[in-house]
Amino acid sequence: MPFYVAPEQQMKDKADYARKGIARGRSAVVLQYEGGILLVADNVSRTLHKISELYDRIAFAAVGRYPEFENLRLMGVRFADVRGYQYDRRDVSGRQLANIYAQTLGTVFSESLKPWEVEIVVAEVGDTPDGDEIYRITFDGSIVDEQGFVAVGGSSEQVSQALKDRFAADASLAAALDAATRALSRENGEERELEAANLEVAVLERSRDHRKFRRIQGPRLVSLLEEGRGGSAAGGSTTEDDA
Amino acid sequence: MFEGFEGKGLPASFMSAGTSSFTEFLREVRPELLPGHGLPAQGIAAEHLTPDATTIVALTFPGGVLIAGDRRATQGNMIANRDMEKLFRTDEFSAVAIAGSAGIGIELARLYQVELEHYEKMEGRSLSLEGKANKLSQMVRGNLGMAMQGFVVVPLFVGYDENHDKGRVFSYDATGGRYEEQRYHSIGSGSVFARGSVKKLYREDLGESDAAKVALESLYDAADDDSATGGPDLHRKIFPLVDVITRDGHRRLPTDEVARLATEVVQGRAVRPDGPTAPLA
Repeated sequence: MPFYVAPEQQMKDKADYARKGIARGRSAVVLQYEGGILLVADNVSRTLHKISELYDRIAFAAVGRYPEFENLRLMGVRFADVRGYQYDRRDVSGRQLANIYAQTLGTVFSESLKPWEVEIVVAEVGDTPDGDEIYRITFDGSIVDEQGFVAVGGSSEQVSQALKDRFAADASLAAALDAATRALSRENGEERELEAANLEVAVLERSRDHRKFRRIQGPRLVSLLEEGRGGSAAGGSTTEDDA
Repeated sequence: MFEGFEGKGLPASFMSAGTSSFTEFLREVRPELLPGHGLPAQGIAAEHLTPDATTIVALTFPGGVLIAGDRRATQGNMIANRDMEKLFRTDEFSAVAIAGSAGIGIELARLYQVELEHYEKMEGRSLSLEGKANKLSQMVRGNLGMAMQGFVVVPLFVGYDENHDKGRVFSYDATGGRYEEQRYHSIGSGSVFARGSVKKLYREDLGESDAAKVALESLYDAADDDSATGGPDLHRKIFPLVDVITRDGHRRLPTDEVARLATEVVQGRAVRPDGPTAPLA
């Protein structure tokens, strides 16, 4: 059916399609805390990760269609490992990875019939909080350098708004996790309690040697969640050191 | 091949390659980066092109394993390097050390590090210790052509096995043959002397610090009788490297701790030049 469709309309249709697809899924948030960068996703699966390690200081968080962002994750790991092997481990940066993702998503969006329904965050922890970088890459390949925190997916605007009220770059891990889960529980206007079982949590820990990425799960996650809730119930931010 | 690397996204294989092995992937996209690539297939007396790395010892102790290496690299009768590092942390629970052609060995160890980490990131879980040992065996076998021309590289692989709560040692030959060693092993030019020394000093109940002492004594003995092995250099403050792997992960002993132990060894030799004796009965 050789209908003529104006390019503007074509792009708009694709964008609407992608946005709808992404909005069906749950959100993820990435934010700074006193010890580095915290990544939290609303994810019931323990094995199909939304949050992963890309390289020594760089992590990946994604929302949307799993096979599509999983492909992007594998591509990022391959790119980073080739780069680091060819030059030096320090020569792999979050900016390069964010660019590669932006180019790939941009190409897919403009050239293929079906855009990818994904939204991605690339976070890199620096030696000091000033060196931290958080990039958000959307389905059409636009890239945004975010300051301090970012929410992607489902209803990221509401989540982002909720996070803005609670975000503090020097919060303890428990307090930051509490802010993140409270923001995520605001999704789609509903208010629900997020349990450890439906959270995927990881950190890029500034003080760690070699690889900074570490997952937080099991009893440690439960105790951090309790600590965070206790702290905010007692009024405001907690300054307790995390173990 | 990589023109589009910065400009137009990556080659398709970055997205579609069906492998979790970094070496296989590299062979597909950047074969020229593999160790030993571009060296002539046929050659004569190429050994002088890269120095030789010498003696490594490894021994297990309850709950872990320790590996130590001297710092010397030689080229014929010359000392090519006094403070070379032959020990490589490969991941949280393993380490590899190399003896033989230094240039290729270092490349191989570097590739192996990336290989283990790459697999872990791609698959979301680490290889088993046997899996890691077997992978290294394949990579050594891949170097066989080079070995035939004189570029022999032999690694010694150690790791902590979480399933059995103990340290394990694997040795290799140039064809990739893999042998699990019980208790202790040594490779490199001074290995004959080092192994003899460890054999006499080894006990099943060595603590971590005593195990380090035994390793340093054995490296001293290797340096004593093998000109290619370097002893502790108190004046330049160059000491052997010692890596310890337990259930808490990989740890390189800090230089001042090794310096303290090495100084004790050297001072002991001032009194008894042949070192400690093992009881006869």
